Amino acid sequence: MNIKQLTTSIIASSVLALSATTAFAGAAEDQGMAISKEAKARDEGWVDMTASMNMVLRNKQGQESIREIRMKVLEIIGDGDKSLSIFDRPRDVKGTAFLSFSHTSGADDQWLYLPALKRVKRIASRNKSGPFMGSEFSFEDLASFEIEKYTYKFIGEQPCAIGSCLVVEQYPTDKNSGYKKRIVWIDKAEYRMLKTDFYDRKNSLLKTLTSEQFQQYKGKFWRPSLMKMVNHQSKKSTDLSYKQYKFGNGLTAADFNKNTLKRAR
Amino acid sequence: MKRIAWIAIGSGLLMQPALADELFFEATGKISTEVTFYAADGQFANQNYRTNLSLSAEPEFYWQWNEQRDSLTFSPFFRKDQRDSERTHADIRELSWVHLAENWELRTGLRKVFWGVTEFQNLVDVINQKDQVEGLDKEHKLGQPMINLSLVKDWGIVDFYLLPGFREQTYAGANGRLRAGLVVSDDATTYQATNREKHIDLAARWSHSLDVYDFGAHWYKGTDRSPQYKAISEHGKPVLSAHYQQIEQVGLDLQATIDSWLWKGELIYQDNPQQNFWASQLGVEYTFYGIQDTATDLGLLFEFGKDQRGKKANNIMQNDIGIGARFALNDTQSTTMLVGAIHDLDYHTTSFSVEAERRIGDDWKASIEARAFSTDNSDDPAAIFDQDDYLKLTLDWYF
Repeated sequence: MNIKQLTTSIIASSVLALSATTAFAGAAEDQGMAISKEAKARDEGWVDMTASMNMVLRNKQGQESIREIRMKVLEIIGDGDKSLSIFDRPRDVKGTAFLSFSHTSGADDQWLYLPALKRVKRIASRNKSGPFMGSEFSFEDLASFEIEKYTYKFIGEQPCAIGSCLVVEQYPTDKNSGYKKRIVWIDKAEYRMLKTDFYDRKNSLLKTLTSEQFQQYKGKFWRPSLMKMVNHQSKKSTDLSYKQYKFGNGLTAADFNKNTLKRAR
Repeated sequence: MKRIAWIAIGSGLLMQPALADELFFEATGKISTEVTFYAADGQFANQNYRTNLSLSAEPEFYWQWNEQRDSLTFSPFFRKDQRDSERTHADIRELSWVHLAENWELRTGLRKVFWGVTEFQNLVDVINQKDQVEGLDKEHKLGQPMINLSLVKDWGIVDFYLLPGFREQTYAGANGRLRAGLVVSDDATTYQATNREKHIDLAARWSHSLDVYDFGAHWYKGTDRSPQYKAISEHGKPVLSAHYQQIEQVGLDLQATIDSWLWKGELIYQDNPQQNFWASQLGVEYTFYGIQDTATDLGLLFEFGKDQRGKKANNIMQNDIGIGARFALNDTQSTTMLVGAIHDLDYHTTSFSVEAERRIGDDWKASIEARAFSTDNSDDPAAIFDQDDYLKLTLDWYF
């Protein structure tokens, strides 16, 4: 393509984009939000959940490193969830525990328990984009999905691993997010997030997350047993598998405080 | 072989923690090898060496039963030191039974408790005695006998402590480094209380989190963990004797976590037979996340310690500023480094430290700790360390 052709095609596409924007002002945005709201709504009402997480971290050379975490989560309607994560592996961090009260708006409240010192430390939740335990998952990748955390744009329908998917761009509203945007593939039948592309602050493709082996719990809630995160820039990857999902454990807010954090095991 | 069997039993049960009435058991722990290199021979008698080797082990045995409502933890500690017979020691860090109910828990036995928010010293951390031979950082503590009732309320957590039995501070022996010119005698300890180490101490603490604030308030009445020293003669040899007085203390600790800032403060007011005084440790920590487009976080620390007793305080940060830089690489090996300095505004002396650690493979961790003392002022209590600049390498194996 020579310069002239390029210029022509840029002008043409700008005109197209312009007319599209004028004709359906906010339509793609509204549709994107509606799809995301539907996905959220279909996953509400699970009350509480416990699960074991196993992470396999692989570097560029394929060397593996293992992480094992158990978690308890309490659903809070109208706000972010409360969660308690207990680290089992690697062994030097065994007994370390992490308590988080996430919020739909504003900073999350987070505490870390360091068993060697018996110390509970309140930590800044500003660090959303940092790696979780050295893995390719960042803290924000593992946080609960809240409508207020993004603005939306519907892209279109595409075939995907399970049937047909709705493709939505999500733009983080938090200035501390590590991403400019993420593109999610949500299957039309059950509104499960099957795939996510993460774009860094410079808008280059950074990571791809694919979720597999979905199982339905309580006749309603779909959960993947395997989440594969590949970092396209560093060539590292992390496989996160969930075991022993258990819903309806009778957890209450009383299971999430500094005392339960200190004796979490 | 036995250990492998325990782990197998432990991990097998771990897979089904919800099963009622089943006994859960787990054995974990670490074994550490430590080599210390000193820059020079020590300034006192019997300190003419520059390397020291030491081994330690700290296993932990844990049982849980009654649908996770009861648990027992046993964690003994052993150290063998090449040079210092006082540093060769054993302790029970924890031997405690915890019973949980709906809104309270009862913790009984030998335990460790941490109170506080600041980094360079924790004035409010009064429950446990320091295991000082383990290191200068005061992070190592002796297990304290206690009955601790903890109540969880909407308005915070309230802890009551009954502390029967007192533990004396540990000190380096005649062949140890990082000690005063005179050795502290084990046999010459004196107490203000007539029932000596059997005095029953009491404490209470209320702590709560509201919005960005985490705070605690405490009251303590009993034997002072920090003794007063007196030079005496024992079998014709000059030694130091430690005297433990009775104190009553109230204190506050507060942290505000605002965006990348942590504002921290600890304040105590103490009444003892000699005087009433207050002391404070105030500071701030700011963290730069993901510096230079990497995953590395850099935290900058600044703290100021003040003790109303001034130079008479048996507190090494009586009028001192501390600065530090904490690096967390957030890599697979969890590499961290902390560089710090403490400057004494009364004596114009400074000490420097570097601490770094990194996991090796899945079960090993290597650490480096280096300290340098520019404390050539005989008035400063820290002058005793002036010849003790050291580099310590530690290799931990976790099981």
